[in-house]
Amino acid sequence: MSWAWQNRDLVGHYLGQNVYIALLPVLFGIIVSVPVGVICVRYKWTWPPILSLTSIFYALPSLALYTVLIAYTGLTDWTVIIPLTLFSLSVLIPNVVDGLRSVPRPVEQAAVAMGFSSLRRTLQVELPLAVPVIMAGLRVATVSSISLVSVGQLIGTGGLGYLFTDGEQRDFTTEIYVGLVLIIVLALVLDGLLVLARRWLTPWEPRRSRQERRRAATGAPQGTGAVPVGHHGGHGGHGGGGHVGVGH
Amino acid sequence: MSYFNFAWQWLTSSANWHGSDGIPERLLQHLEYTGIALAIAFVIAVPVGLAMGHYRRGGFAVVTVANFARALPTLGLLVLIFVLTSGSFVSWLIPLAFLAIPPMLVNTYEGVLGVDRELTDAARGMGMTEWQILRKAEIPVALPLILLGVRTSAIQVVATATIAAYIGLGGLGRYIIDGLARSEYNVVAGGAAVIVVLALAVQGLFMLLRVLIVPVGLRKQAQTS
Repeated sequence: MSWAWQNRDLVGHYLGQNVYIALLPVLFGIIVSVPVGVICVRYKWTWPPILSLTSIFYALPSLALYTVLIAYTGLTDWTVIIPLTLFSLSVLIPNVVDGLRSVPRPVEQAAVAMGFSSLRRTLQVELPLAVPVIMAGLRVATVSSISLVSVGQLIGTGGLGYLFTDGEQRDFTTEIYVGLVLIIVLALVLDGLLVLARRWLTPWEPRRSRQERRRAATGAPQGTGAVPVGHHGGHGGHGGGGHVGVGH
Repeated sequence: MSYFNFAWQWLTSSANWHGSDGIPERLLQHLEYTGIALAIAFVIAVPVGLAMGHYRRGGFAVVTVANFARALPTLGLLVLIFVLTSGSFVSWLIPLAFLAIPPMLVNTYEGVLGVDRELTDAARGMGMTEWQILRKAEIPVALPLILLGVRTSAIQVVATATIAAYIGLGGLGRYIIDGLARSEYNVVAGGAAVIVVLALAVQGLFMLLRVLIVPVGLRKQAQTS
């Protein structure tokens, strides 16, 4: 660890780059996936094709996608940011949909009876109630994104991944350990912040909802089938087998 | 020239379809690595997941493993094991199998845990042994999730085996790593295309498996409940 301190400028630079390249895609992902998720729930026919699309995004190997983008964005940060955005979407969209569908019918009906317009119902009733499920997806997307950035090092833009290739070339394990520890700590710290944000956003929920815990475990879209609520299409749905069964 | 020109140019060159560096040979290598790593992870993760789910123990450990595994950078793990084993010939197998364990473990555990208590109690009431309950009630009901876990692991291993070309592993990742090193973008582009097709084929295969081996009644349930 004294190596890390002596080289704090270098390590700090790559740490910053890692955070920036990892979080921008998650930000884009959440901005896009909330409206898309609302549309998928409102207009049911849009869900099967979008679900198939997310399962394709999910399967694409990051390194292959980075290299495809070299032809268009060169060796810039965007070559890594764009594929990571697709990955974020593949995790977040199914979660937004499952979250919205987990809102109990009586709650929706109460909102209608109180005279809420459909837009107001979505913004003030359904989305807030979907926050725990959306947050679970956001945690998975954030943690994965932080660690996936390092693969970008193979095309020259990898944040802390630099410490891996540099350490390998110099046969210097300390540097590799520093990279591993920093990435894991960074991911866990951001994960913790998201848990705090979830508690702040949903003060009515138990401190750690069962649903969220299970989702966090199974890896968002994949595990949705295990969640007792919002079983719906999400299950197996995600990733293909799904849309065979989910169709109308 | 767009990406597709480069990829097409390389893919349609017949020289790339023969010999030890040809696409069929590299594809077979890739499948071999993926298969071995998946098989090792499967025999470790699934029995452990079944046991933990059946006895409803260890939920916290499973969640911790899942979180940690997601945070663990694959390139870092590959490079570290490579350096620590001083490049021995199985140095790729440890990280590949290791990374394939969490998705299968977590999904198997959650799948069995999610089986309705009434169902297992009924099975027990009918006089089934614990083994029979697991085999005849819990595994069939948990099958969609177990399959999902295996699929997630398979996708993960296909991607990681590509990255492992950096530490000298064969397979399709060689095209990307060697192509980048020699600044031959058509090789990189063509290799990436083959890898993408392989990844999508793996997804498709598991979709098909799901239709074939998951009992019809369970598929319906997932759809309507």
